[in-house]
Amino acid sequence: MLYFSDLLQYSDVFFSGLMTTVELTVLTTILGVALGTACATTRQYGNKASQRAVTVYVELIRNTPFIVQLFFIFFGLPALGMRLSPWEASMIALTINLGAYSTEIIRAGLGSISKGQIEAAKVLGLTFRQTLTRVIFVPAFEKIYPALTSQCIIVMLGSAVISQISVEDLTYAANLVQSRNFRAFESYLVTALLYLGLSILLRFAFNTLGKHLFTYRATR
Amino acid sequence: MKKLTKLLSRTLIIAAGFSALNATADVLQDITDRKLIRIAVPQDFPPFGSIGTDLKPQGIDIDMANYIAKEMGVEVEIVPVTSANRIPYLQTKKVDLVISSLGKNPEREKAIDFSTPYAPFFLGVFGSNDVSINKIQDLAGKTVGVTRGSVEDLELEKHAPKSVNVRRFEDNNTTLTAYLSGQVNLIATGNLVATEIANRQPQRAPESKFMLKDSPCYVGMAKGEVALQAKVNELIKKALANGELNNISMKWLKAPLPTGFGA
Repeated sequence: MLYFSDLLQYSDVFFSGLMTTVELTVLTTILGVALGTACATTRQYGNKASQRAVTVYVELIRNTPFIVQLFFIFFGLPALGMRLSPWEASMIALTINLGAYSTEIIRAGLGSISKGQIEAAKVLGLTFRQTLTRVIFVPAFEKIYPALTSQCIIVMLGSAVISQISVEDLTYAANLVQSRNFRAFESYLVTALLYLGLSILLRFAFNTLGKHLFTYRATR
Repeated sequence: MKKLTKLLSRTLIIAAGFSALNATADVLQDITDRKLIRIAVPQDFPPFGSIGTDLKPQGIDIDMANYIAKEMGVEVEIVPVTSANRIPYLQTKKVDLVISSLGKNPEREKAIDFSTPYAPFFLGVFGSNDVSINKIQDLAGKTVGVTRGSVEDLELEKHAPKSVNVRRFEDNNTTLTAYLSGQVNLIATGNLVATEIANRQPQRAPESKFMLKDSPCYVGMAKGEVALQAKVNELIKKALANGELNNISMKWLKAPLPTGFGA
């Protein structure tokens, strides 16, 4: 027997959890991709020292578990006098995490732009900044767009562990409800479906955005 | 067949004799006569009872057992038991007393008798000494860490004011870490967990603010042993008055007895 009706009285708990997850996902996606873009550009075109700094950051994050990064920021940093709320700590941890992975993805896109195009831009008198924004970024992002979309979804799904530091996200709601009415199957099934719905929505949003961003071929 | 009937009736007579004997036995008198008291203690539940590095049992319950034996002027035989078999040990008269972090509940009260409480065991709100609160209403607007789904979580939900910000963590250790790292300055937990924090980080030892649910430990004894019960109660009262109980609490729980304990 299944008792989905037992979840109804907790619908506001699920809803506020869902909102927290959406809010964090939107924020970290924007900030994380921005951070990744900056780091990838630095790593591709920057000077030796800054390239090395980015490499250290990327490898440090990509080779440690997310939950350890999260616990370090939330439980470890107070020892250095930096006390963040659970929400702030999660936001920073997710952004840093997405930043590192998207750096590598975006760098692959930048690397795919042939040298000839950049040289052509130079010959035409474009500044480096103009070259980046008008010549490099759009085709580079177009190439890696599906991979970047997947990474953002992975981070959204990975955000489930922030419930460990008492952020009241969707997984927190599921755990809380489950600890109150012991309907584990129902709570986690509903939560899984909500995450599935979020993933599909996020993918849809990315696709829609992509259609607007990569219109240059059609209008040419 | 005749033989069998005879045997059976004899057995019954003997059995009846035994139960009659048992019913009139006075355990306190037995203890005085044999100059030995047998006391069941835990061996797997620090700080109440565990095996020390010298391979001898140690803890609150062992100290309490020794205290009672000393006051009665008899030798003590420490009998290690588990929480599942401590009451059967008493019912089958293998021990005279159970001092084994035993809590009181109606089911147990049907089977055995209890003394007055000798050690604190409670769920409460604990916090650093710069937070001054002493009742559940004071929590309004404060942040409290708690382990999700635990009894203390449910108690807080039931009784705490609505404006309290409850931060629920995954397990006891995460709750502890949240307190130790200063992410929360108040936690709802058991007094044993608070002792554990005091052991690990004395400079951030949490002090007890108020109780959420009190379930102190009692000495258990066989049903109807009025003389023994009176004697044990008298000794506990004495230990409470002369500070002996408080010393034991300070030694093992790193905290004084809660105010009004045993009243």
